[in-house]
Amino acid sequence: MAQNLTRSHQIDDAGLDLDAALLREMYRLMVLARRTDERTWVLHRQGKIAFHISGIGHEAIQVGAALAMHRGYDYAHLYYRDLAFNIALGYTPYEFFLAVYGKQGETTSGARQMPSNWSARRLGIVTASSPVATQVPQAAGLALASKLKGEDRVTVVCLGEGSTSEGDFFEGLNWAGVHQLPVVCIVQNNIYAISVPVHLQMAVPNVADRAPMFGIAGAICDGNDVVASYRAMSEALDRARRGEGATLLEAKTYRPVPHSSDDDDRTYRSRDEVEEWKQRDPIKRFQAYLLERGLLDDEQIDAIEQEVRAEIDEAQARAEAAPYPPAEDALFPVFAPPDFEQ
Amino acid sequence: MPEMTLIEGVRQAMDEEMARDERVFITGEDVGQRGGVFRATLGLFEKYGPDRVIDSPLAELSIVAVGVGAALGGMRPICEIQFADYIFPAFNQIVNEAALVHYRSGGEWAAPLVIRAPYGGGIGGGLYHSQSVEAYFAHAPGLKVVIPSTAYDAKGLLKAAVRDPNPVLFFEPKKGYRLIKDAVPDEDYTVPLGEAKVTREGGDLTVYAYGMMHYYVLQAAEMVARQEGIQAEVVDLRTLAPLDTATVIESFKKTGKALIVYEDNRFLGYGAEIAALLADEAFEYMDAPIRRLAGPDIPGVPFAHSMQDFFMPNPDKIAAAIRELAEY
Repeated sequence: MAQNLTRSHQIDDAGLDLDAALLREMYRLMVLARRTDERTWVLHRQGKIAFHISGIGHEAIQVGAALAMHRGYDYAHLYYRDLAFNIALGYTPYEFFLAVYGKQGETTSGARQMPSNWSARRLGIVTASSPVATQVPQAAGLALASKLKGEDRVTVVCLGEGSTSEGDFFEGLNWAGVHQLPVVCIVQNNIYAISVPVHLQMAVPNVADRAPMFGIAGAICDGNDVVASYRAMSEALDRARRGEGATLLEAKTYRPVPHSSDDDDRTYRSRDEVEEWKQRDPIKRFQAYLLERGLLDDEQIDAIEQEVRAEIDEAQARAEAAPYPPAEDALFPVFAPPDFEQ
Repeated sequence: MPEMTLIEGVRQAMDEEMARDERVFITGEDVGQRGGVFRATLGLFEKYGPDRVIDSPLAELSIVAVGVGAALGGMRPICEIQFADYIFPAFNQIVNEAALVHYRSGGEWAAPLVIRAPYGGGIGGGLYHSQSVEAYFAHAPGLKVVIPSTAYDAKGLLKAAVRDPNPVLFFEPKKGYRLIKDAVPDEDYTVPLGEAKVTREGGDLTVYAYGMMHYYVLQAAEMVARQEGIQAEVVDLRTLAPLDTATVIESFKKTGKALIVYEDNRFLGYGAEIAALLADEAFEYMDAPIRRLAGPDIPGVPFAHSMQDFFMPNPDKIAAAIRELAEY
């Protein structure tokens, strides 16, 4: 397996002096995202919701990356597995439960899209579709807009390694390279595009190996290490803000659960493999690190769990109680009004 | 009022909009120093510089997608696809992305970009420099589809398209780029999107058309008026989506007979929608079968002059169809 970077159970904080409050916030957000995700699986298994596409196992890269950004200022053009990314940017579990239930007041699309097609202008989260990699050339366009306006805003775009096979990926990064655009393109390489393993996706060992062909920087980080992810992301963002162009940042990670609630991953990978990766769980790793350094104790860990659980319970109950949107909401205007301003 | 060609109307619209609004920029293949292969952007690179007239990589998908992204980022891009035949790599970015941005985000975002593309046959362009692609896009909710048939409208409609907060496909009849010439004011004006125009009054029948075919229809209408005294009313649709159904229906109620002329393939072409609309909304006024004059259902347009002439409607064919319908 080519994912050697995540064999380590350690957190790589070499050369970093991160504030204790920031580290604790990273941990809390990872737990909040994980528990929200787990609860959504339960809701599906209870037959309460139709569909869930999970971000379990991806919390380290997503939270690490989000906290390195200028949240609410930088653009985030995210993909369906980015629940933790959204939560770290300020999207709430209540909003997410409204989305999975398809209830009135759903904030990303008014319950017109399936859940996990994100949008939150207040947080800089750009409206997303389902065909994969379409967001990459759009991210180049967003970055071009920032460059033309003379802003130091960076556009962060996420996708999985399967999406890197699409033409959109190549055309988008080609623009980013030609125009030295402030883009950070994070590929969360979790080895599988539904059932297709990475060696049938591409004939190079690393997604990041492709960066030179676009004339942009390439970097690889351990996507199961939140601190390493934060550092790699900070470097990429700094590079973009210095006007030195885009970075293709590959985060090596793993998806320990099926692709979606409609998938059965036992048909394409062994339980041994999944179990091996569960030992490298990003939350477990980070918890051990924080305990070892005295930045958290068992009591605080329990308190975080309780606090998160209370928030999720309350969010789920409120979302469940919310009404469905009226059928006429389907007739929401497809055209923006003449006075619309972005 | 100075006369200018249709392509000069297009150019002047872009020039004035770029001067008016610094968010407007142009991108596409060869639009920079070359001024476009049809010269639509001639002189704009020199005037506005490489940050506002951006030669794109040869990659249509990204020309549109970068436009979508820039629009989301607050700019007003004008994306040029060199020939409409090459728009299909960008199809997903147009119909699945740009078109749905406003609806799918519950109104949070919009994608105000203009996609310009020369379309249509009659220039010896063969199968890949002649296609009429408007029906694919007019079908998709969320897109505005505009086709001018005069230099005046080309300027006014394009300026309106640039100011519209939605994605607008602006298809330019390339055969008419230099053939069509009319009076165009130097000052700022817009022609509203979504409004058809009765361009010739008549009581015997209505001919609906757009783009190059509208230009031919006016000639045919004059021929039959001169030769047989048939008075055809002519409606220039100008905006195919959203369609000005009121003007379309009103004219039919007056004449009771409809001929729709378009150079796309006949089957499921834009004329089918006009025919269905009239059958639905104005059946009681119908005095004759609704007729369509369009290209045959073969790839448009074969290269050899003989086959091209066979494919394309022209004033003689249109006049013949008008006579036949008038006699019904």
